[in-house]
Amino acid sequence: MLEKTIVAIIVSAIAFVTVYAVTPPLIKTLEKRKLVVKDYNRVGGANVARPGGPSVIAGILASETVLYAFYSSPAVLAIILTTFLAFLVGLADDRKVLGGWFKPLALAASAAPIILLGFYAPHTVYEPQLSFPLFGYVKIPLLYFALIVFMIPITGNTINSIDVLNGVASGFMTIASFALTISLFIVHNYDIAIASLPLGFVSLAFYKYHKFPSKIFPGDSGALTLGAMYGTIAIVGHVEIIAAVALLPAVINSFLFLSSVKRIIEHRQLKANPVEHTEDFKLKATADKNAPVTLVRLIVANRPMTEKEVGFAIFKLALFSAALAIITAFMMDVRL
Amino acid sequence: MKASLYVYIFVMWLMIVVGGGILIAILGPLKIDGFGKYSELLDSTIKAAISILLVVLWIFIMSKIKNLIFHKQIKN
Repeated sequence: MLEKTIVAIIVSAIAFVTVYAVTPPLIKTLEKRKLVVKDYNRVGGANVARPGGPSVIAGILASETVLYAFYSSPAVLAIILTTFLAFLVGLADDRKVLGGWFKPLALAASAAPIILLGFYAPHTVYEPQLSFPLFGYVKIPLLYFALIVFMIPITGNTINSIDVLNGVASGFMTIASFALTISLFIVHNYDIAIASLPLGFVSLAFYKYHKFPSKIFPGDSGALTLGAMYGTIAIVGHVEIIAAVALLPAVINSFLFLSSVKRIIEHRQLKANPVEHTEDFKLKATADKNAPVTLVRLIVANRPMTEKEVGFAIFKLALFSAALAIITAFMMDVRL
Repeated sequence: MKASLYVYIFVMWLMIVVGGGILIAILGPLKIDGFGKYSELLDSTIKAAISILLVVLWIFIMSKIKNLIFHKQIKN
């Protein structure tokens, strides 16, 4: 146990320090190469560097590679490869805007290492069953392949869709991933719990530069990387349901968005924005009937709020879901 | 508004827990035999079909609950 604790501290430190150290030079490089986008929610519309994905993936690869050097676990290799492939998909989207359907399909293909390593090392990468609290588990060999293929696009795009305000994607991911780590410890899956620690520390270090007022945006490469790693950990850690619970506010955001636009489209393709600005630059819900319903629009429905206030409202929802996820983890050992 | 969001998250969580129970109650005991080497494939296919139907039903229910909870905001 002492050895595992030391490894956990080492990989967490590598993840945090790498992102903390790599992000400032990345911001400078992006600004120098004019890879910046306008922050429309800020007074004056400041230009912000994008994408921050390279520093996120640097932290993940550095820490997970060290973890793999310690344990040579196929599950850790699946995390490394799937996350890296999702990063490449995101980076391609950052460089050249991809079509609405291309991204989910490319992300689905990113799940290939999980399936292939599952064939190579059965029962060490994933178990084709879903565990539920209070009721036990159900074996779904055929359906589980579909779940793996769908999981990465869903978690990737869910995090990407919540990346609408300064600091929200990284702050939300910090809360959700630490809830997942705690849950993995509760269900006694210590190896994957350690493998999940870098996700929380990478998100936390990136939040330092992404929080309001942002110095850098994660872009698709950052958001998809974080989401894909989260989805992979859920699969290799056999905590799919707990992971879904911790992600509920972001799931609701995607659900509200999809049920109002009724098709898969990018935010940039929207004809009307869900929120607009007041004279003092607060966010308020739009009266435009064509605008989609989103989490942010519902949060500011009663009164206009500053971007920072909306961000904290989302974090409170994330903490509530994190608490439910941890309760769910405790309920896994209880049988009715 | 924010209180209704917490209620909606809690209802979603309850539906996940209850949905899991129904899934295990229906799919758990299901066992298809008598088709030789195809039995396992048939078993998995039927389980997959039932699961997908349940997911669709759950999305429909969540959509109805969403309209119920956020009725005023969505209409506005």
